[in-house]
Amino acid sequence: MRKTLLALAAGLLLAGSVSAASAADKLKVGFIYLGPIGDLGWTYQHDLARQALVKELGDKIETTYLENVPEGPDAERAIEQLVRAGNKLIFTTSFGYMDPTLKVAKKYPNVHFEHSTGYKRDKNMSTYSAKWYQGRYIQGLIAAKMSKSGVLGYIGSFPIPEVVSGINATILAAQTINPNIKVKIIWANTWFDPGKEADAAKALIDQGADVIMQHTDSPAAMQIASERGKLAFGQDSEMIKFGPKTQLTSILDTWAPYYIARVKAELDGTWKSEDTWGGLDSHMFAMAPYTNMPDDVKKMAEDAQAAITAGKLHPFKCPVIGQDGKPVECKGGDHLDDGQILGMNFYVKGIDDKLPGK
Amino acid sequence: MELIEAIILAVLAASTPLLIAATGELVTERSGVLNLGVEGMMIVGAACGFAGAWLTGSIFIGALFGIVAGTLMSLVFALMTLGLAVNQVATGLALTILGIGLSGLIGAGFVGERITPAVHLHIPGLTDIPLIGRVLFGEDAFVYFSLALIVGVWWFLYRTRPGLILRACGDNHVSAHALGYPVLRIRTFAVMFGGACAGLAGAYLPLAYTPFFIPGMTAGRGWIALALVVFSSWRPGRLVVGAYLFGAVTILQLHAQGWGVGVPSQLMSALPYLATVIVLVLLSRARTGGSTAPAALGTVFVPDR
Repeated sequence: MRKTLLALAAGLLLAGSVSAASAADKLKVGFIYLGPIGDLGWTYQHDLARQALVKELGDKIETTYLENVPEGPDAERAIEQLVRAGNKLIFTTSFGYMDPTLKVAKKYPNVHFEHSTGYKRDKNMSTYSAKWYQGRYIQGLIAAKMSKSGVLGYIGSFPIPEVVSGINATILAAQTINPNIKVKIIWANTWFDPGKEADAAKALIDQGADVIMQHTDSPAAMQIASERGKLAFGQDSEMIKFGPKTQLTSILDTWAPYYIARVKAELDGTWKSEDTWGGLDSHMFAMAPYTNMPDDVKKMAEDAQAAITAGKLHPFKCPVIGQDGKPVECKGGDHLDDGQILGMNFYVKGIDDKLPGK
Repeated sequence: MELIEAIILAVLAASTPLLIAATGELVTERSGVLNLGVEGMMIVGAACGFAGAWLTGSIFIGALFGIVAGTLMSLVFALMTLGLAVNQVATGLALTILGIGLSGLIGAGFVGERITPAVHLHIPGLTDIPLIGRVLFGEDAFVYFSLALIVGVWWFLYRTRPGLILRACGDNHVSAHALGYPVLRIRTFAVMFGGACAGLAGAYLPLAYTPFFIPGMTAGRGWIALALVVFSSWRPGRLVVGAYLFGAVTILQLHAQGWGVGVPSQLMSALPYLATVIVLVLLSRARTGGSTAPAALGTVFVPDR
């Protein structure tokens, strides 16, 4: 009996692994996902892009994905599994896959890799990310207009530059509307824990915040804000279903144009290692419709979006004043340069909190 | 005043799933079985609970779905560890992995749907009393049930003969067997009770806490429930204290961050765990000799005939 069960278990394991198969002339494209495709956030958006890719180039390519792949040594095995299954272009869609991807890339020089949100590259490994802080700036403008209490609530995941630059962009924008705006920041120290995100949203609202913004992945905060009759911004994906009268807008990760372009390059044989950090102008992300706000606020948001897209407005326009009251060195001419934003580890003036680890 | 009330309400909501799951595991472990699959049973309970509520529109039926799902999961565990005498630790871990996968499969069709969460009690007059009104008379049914459950378990374990027999199985299964008690049958019921509680605790999350289902939404609460059982040194009274202490520190650290206390948030997030460890050390120091763990906990029992 026990032997039968073991055999059965082994069989299930095999069935669960990648199924290499069929049409050898099609280009095989692989994806490594951090969460389940049903997370309604980060991974969900990556998979939407994969589906768009299949729709566009389905007759020339074949896609495979592995979901719930933990960051770390396990990822290396998963990536290698995709290589062995014959995938020639592999997208690894989370920051923590950086070193595993690089390791596998060195081992298989004939396979091309695309790593999301990292900074290490190789001749067969590209990186790609989006300038979400541009979207955060627009959200900051809206939040300051819509807040009655003058207190914004911000749920952070981890104090890494991507999140910190988002907080700074938000507050810099909000200050142009209301110089005395306050922001309360709670770090959840997780990307995904609906219960904890809900608790954080409750705490922020109980402490007087009336517009909730988040850099964690579940719609829990949106749902709590909706329950309490407050306003909120979504994250990664469209969350209006969880707050039809609550969501102001949401930063939508739209990877499809990039994925299609890269796969086309691979098909043409023109693929080469690049670093892509695109903003609103290159459609790396989009803003969900501006809802639950008066027309003048909506117009302001749309104007700001147009100005940022056209390159006329930069969220980190100099001078940017740090918490110590001194202006931050301006390396990009009239605004902070990309390196300063990618490595941002300070709060701007007007945030009464201390950045963890500083 | 309002803030204090709000904090207490949040603490109760955060602690309830931990308390329910830990209560079930306490009974399981008191019978001598270590089921590490609480997280897996919880997440399946969450998926089935949401499915039940979404399909029927009833929170009560959703909760029943959660209970049944948790029980079925625990029966798989019972079949393996009690029927086939497989290692309990390995089976429990496997149950968690199975549960996470299974819940994703069951819940796949429900992702993105939302339901109306469980209603909160409202007694005109009583619920409106400042500070204590909503805390005592304005909770959802799960909160009251969790407290009734732990009192019931205490009464069963210490005031009834079946409770005494169950504890006997956990402390010395050979003697219990020699006295003619059906050790494996008793343990099966204890495991099923643990599964039912874990399923209900999991169902609490999408039915009352955050009224939607997302794969992985239990986010490690099953493991915390397991730790709470050890923390309580297998006693129901201490379990209540432990669950609320853990919930309180979790919520208070969020508020402390909002107030800008200036302590690193990483340390704040670790506080509930640190507090648990410290209390555990203090308890074990204060105790007068001997381990309080059920003596036969986690050991395999095969009746000789």
